Amino acid sequence: MAVLLLAEVTDGELAFDATAKAVTAAKQLGDVTALCCGASAAAAGEACAKIDGVAKVLVAEDPALGHRLAEPTAALIVSLAGDYEHIVAPATTDAKNVLPRVAALLDVMVISDASGVVDGDTFERPVYAGNAIQTVRSKDAKKVVSFRTSTFDAAGTGGSAAVETISAAENPALSEWIEDKVAESDRPELTSAGVVVSGGRGVGSEEDFALIEKLADKLGAAVGASRAAVDSGYAPNDWQVGQTGKVVAPGLYVAVGISGAIQHLAGMKDSKIIVAINKDEEAPIFQVADFGLVADLFTAVPELVEKL
Amino acid sequence: MKVLVPVKRVIDYNVKVRVKADGSGVDLANVKMSMNPFDEISVEQAIRLKEAGQVDEVVVVSIGVKQSQETLRTALAMGADRAILVVAADDVHNDIEPLAVAKILKAIVDEEQPGLVLCGKQAIDNDMNATGQMLAALMGWSQATFASDLEIVGDKAKVTREVDGGLQTIEVSLPTVVTVDLRLNEPRYASLPNIMKAKKKPLDEKTPADYGVDVANRLEIVKTAEPEARKAGIMVESVDELVSKLKEAGAV
Repeated sequence: MAVLLLAEVTDGELAFDATAKAVTAAKQLGDVTALCCGASAAAAGEACAKIDGVAKVLVAEDPALGHRLAEPTAALIVSLAGDYEHIVAPATTDAKNVLPRVAALLDVMVISDASGVVDGDTFERPVYAGNAIQTVRSKDAKKVVSFRTSTFDAAGTGGSAAVETISAAENPALSEWIEDKVAESDRPELTSAGVVVSGGRGVGSEEDFALIEKLADKLGAAVGASRAAVDSGYAPNDWQVGQTGKVVAPGLYVAVGISGAIQHLAGMKDSKIIVAINKDEEAPIFQVADFGLVADLFTAVPELVEKL
Repeated sequence: MKVLVPVKRVIDYNVKVRVKADGSGVDLANVKMSMNPFDEISVEQAIRLKEAGQVDEVVVVSIGVKQSQETLRTALAMGADRAILVVAADDVHNDIEPLAVAKILKAIVDEEQPGLVLCGKQAIDNDMNATGQMLAALMGWSQATFASDLEIVGDKAKVTREVDGGLQTIEVSLPTVVTVDLRLNEPRYASLPNIMKAKKKPLDEKTPADYGVDVANRLEIVKTAEPEARKAGIMVESVDELVSKLKEAGAV
């Protein structure tokens, strides 16, 4: 039984954490062949070959694959699909763009955001914004699955898989890349950070979000935000933690001025230790917090920065 | 140009979801249902394109139980011109999978020949995030998912997409499928006169058999369970106590 895993490659570089977590999930299904594709992907392929559990790496380099546009990437995967029973990827926005297209071209259902592997046909996945966990058994011959990375530990390194170069499939040439606006930051990436500090509507303004950033920098953390804070314009959308934003599971999650709407909890409740600071003692966030502090964030956060 | 907008009737955004005790699913009997919030955004976008003179007709489609008619009437009241209801389930608990939905939509697209299909990026019930991509695949069309900005220029659409690292802008050839994200627009509320007018707008009723599509599920739902609850934590009295607890736990 063979598994084709679409590695997460961004501008030629392997997103190690997301890929290694998906490998942990995928190796339960069979021998894992990782596909690294992009305008340049050889270096990513070399990095991928070292992940424990990767049996083989395929590298496809082509300008058409440069920005992970769905059409050429899906065409490439479909051209390889014959040899594999499972086609999987970490549930990143890139994979969520590509995998359903692959599944439809293969006339199979996609299993999005799987959080657990029961057996080769059966997977667990959160539905209703994480308010329920569904176990589904696929009747399709091929299974196309994206894995929610926050529920799997990253596979280690030390492997030395063979790397094979392959050519891209024909580009359907339906779309063209124009530009990427990547948020520049010296902070760790939100979905793989060991510590995340998030602010909510209680922070009150874009200016006061500096408080959250200060605490994050003190802890070497990534900065997150609730949907309410993003919708109010206090924080950029790529900071959003929640069912419709990013799903995170750091070792420490500090929620500041966040009430704890269901959709936010769905994005962070797998964190190992959760701290909540909120002036409303009734806030639902306290029900999931390991340590709760009822306090005004404008005095508590500076004090915390000072005393940590 | 014509725009096709698929809309789904789902549990209302504000309703607390309850898992049935026998593990067979989520209880949807006598629960408030509404239009999927992402689909409201795609209806709104289609109407704005029409108001801007870039689109002649907005056709909305819903596939599900007969009561999805109410969802279509909401879209008509917002400003859509006409609706197609595909009655594909008798029981609200029977969720039609994205692959079957995409196949029915493909048949409708073949008939209606829209230049653009605007979908919500995902439905808030099954959270699959798949229908738009699957329809694009079946049509052999381009796709632009998770849109936060959309501009039609000639025979192309320029779409800004919300991706993990920030924003990506791409240009796709029309006809295309665009799936919309939260920040594309703020949907309007239908006014009372428009709600009255919507009752007279045309609504065609169809079945999957009319389109030759088998809606049998490919994924068997083995069980539905409550997520594991976190064990209760403790309340601390001060920042000092918080710092010492975090140190004890080895978190800082």
